[in-house]
Amino acid sequence: MLTIKDLYVSIEGKEILKGIDLDINAGEVHAIMGPNGSGKSTLALALAGREIIEITKGTITYQGENLFEMSPEDRARKGLFLGFQYPVEIPGVSMVNFMKTAINEQRKYRGLGSISASDFLKLMREKKELVGLTTNLTNRSVNEGFSGGEKKRNEIFQMAMLEPVLAILDETDSGLDIDALKTVAFGVNKLRRADNATIVITHYQRLLEYIVPDFVHVLYRGRIVKSSGKELALELEERGYDWLNDSAE
Amino acid sequence: MDIKEDLISLFRQNTDVLESGSGPIINTFRKQAFRDFDRLGIPTTKNEAYKYTPLDKYLQGNYDVELNANPFKVDLQDIFKCDIPELDTRVILVLNGFFYPVEQAGQLPGGVVVCGLSEASSKYPELFNRHYSHYADTSADGLVALNTLFAQDGVFVYIPPGTVIEKPLQIINLSHSFKNLRITRRNLIIAGDNARVNIVVCDHTLCYQSYLANTLTEIYAGKNAIVDYNRMQNENSLSIQINNLFVHQEENSRFTGNNISLHGGLIRNNMYVTLNGPYAEVNLYGLFLSDEKQHVANYVLVDHTLPHCTSNQLFKGILDNDATGSFNGKILVRKDAQKTQAYQKNNNILLTSAARMNTKPHLEIYADDVKCSHGATVGQLDMDAMFYLRSRGIGEKESRHLLMYAFANEIVSKITIPVLKDRIINLVDKRLRGELSRCNNCDIRCG
Repeated sequence: MLTIKDLYVSIEGKEILKGIDLDINAGEVHAIMGPNGSGKSTLALALAGREIIEITKGTITYQGENLFEMSPEDRARKGLFLGFQYPVEIPGVSMVNFMKTAINEQRKYRGLGSISASDFLKLMREKKELVGLTTNLTNRSVNEGFSGGEKKRNEIFQMAMLEPVLAILDETDSGLDIDALKTVAFGVNKLRRADNATIVITHYQRLLEYIVPDFVHVLYRGRIVKSSGKELALELEERGYDWLNDSAE
Repeated sequence: MDIKEDLISLFRQNTDVLESGSGPIINTFRKQAFRDFDRLGIPTTKNEAYKYTPLDKYLQGNYDVELNANPFKVDLQDIFKCDIPELDTRVILVLNGFFYPVEQAGQLPGGVVVCGLSEASSKYPELFNRHYSHYADTSADGLVALNTLFAQDGVFVYIPPGTVIEKPLQIINLSHSFKNLRITRRNLIIAGDNARVNIVVCDHTLCYQSYLANTLTEIYAGKNAIVDYNRMQNENSLSIQINNLFVHQEENSRFTGNNISLHGGLIRNNMYVTLNGPYAEVNLYGLFLSDEKQHVANYVLVDHTLPHCTSNQLFKGILDNDATGSFNGKILVRKDAQKTQAYQKNNNILLTSAARMNTKPHLEIYADDVKCSHGATVGQLDMDAMFYLRSRGIGEKESRHLLMYAFANEIVSKITIPVLKDRIINLVDKRLRGELSRCNNCDIRCG
């Protein structure tokens, strides 16, 4: 589904990612862990197509196509979803209008007509319940005045609405208490299918107790220094990242 | 020839025609207006208030004047189809500055007067004497003096004390001629104590000519009166609009002005509000959407003279292409105006690097127990928000539109007449999509 080869990325002239290789197949959950500043979010933004990211070397193939040739909106329409670490507040754009526009743009891209008002409301209700989002979304602007936890749930809610093929969740667990974490994980697990894949970016092993990964990768100073099964997460929890120093140098 | 000399000789040659066509009280103010205009002339960019509005550049050119009501027969049904069926208004038509009587069903509440200004000056001399030209100061601004010098007609509205007009009054200013035309409009609106009125003003041009309109409106709000004043400026890009609004408020009155500038060549809105009684409240909102070479300037002066008054100003603008604009807002809190609450905000979005916005919010405070704030921003669309929207599959163009619309909607949402709000939402939406923002079925060329 996604193949990253020898990826080098800079932001404002500073090299952040230094040769990433990663293969992700349908049905898999990959966890990417690593200390602050290791390049986790940069990788997420490179996948989603943020324009400040400069790709200096390497390739990313997504569903057989060159990802770099696609605009952020086309990537999303082809099923790529980024759950933001810091969801943006957009005063004046209502959640309802935002989601309806997003759903319809996706449908248009797939050659389908606009969703009916009643189907849309039904879908909203269903997905809100799935991710445990109790916030009343009507008459609310996108993320405006949402608490930290609500913002994160709102990301998973949007993911549930858009049913992505490849979801990248960037530190979705930060700022969530344990109950919120469980409901969010429950939502993510519910959305898992044999034909989609998830990349979970996280600091802590905690989330991985609830979203069990098939692979864990450690990103350190812009490179993946270790890849293994889910047991690697536990080891990182116990030993921290310092013991990886040697393998990184 | 110098514009000032031009206008002075125009006045000298036509004094008789002007005076014979206007009410006697209107004429009594011309002498002083002449002296003031002769002294002040057209404001130049050396004048701080007009620093960013190079009027002389725009006012060049040849214009006809009509000193008598246009004999052109207007079939309202035929040319003006204001198709907001739910917007049940009392229509007041002003053609090239002259009040144009329109047959209408329905009675206005007893004692309410809606007529031409000239007619009112002969019919209601007592009211007229008490208010006409009492709030507009000809000695401070040459354009105010110029309006008073050439004033003949316009709209006169009187709402007696305690009277509530449920139906909004819709003043439609039409400009129509096959030559460039200089137009003077003068309006006087008097809301007595405890009166309540909602006024909608629409400015339209019917032909693609340049119309240079100098409009002056005086509004008096008596004790506890509530006056809503919604103005929609939608004229062709050759048109030049100079608007002076003077609002005089008594104790515990409330005035809300909402100015939506959709289209025009040059639009200059001067708003002067005097809070002349305690507990009075004024809300001034403005939105402009400009592109090409348009210029929109909003100038506001709110004068707090007595304690416990509140004023809010929120003005926003979106500028595309080579558009230029300015906001100059001043809150004056006098020595006796303790417990004043005064707020002012001006936010602007520039869509191109060629667009220019100058903003100058300022406070002048002589009282010591007040709550005041002011602020201004000029920026681009929020790139983080753009990316967020696009990352959900919303195209770049649509994302821009959503953000611009959200920005504009903060002003539009303040309109208190729901059907009018819906219509303006629709017009703003079309305008932001680059479509001609005109109402369906209406033949008027706004663009």
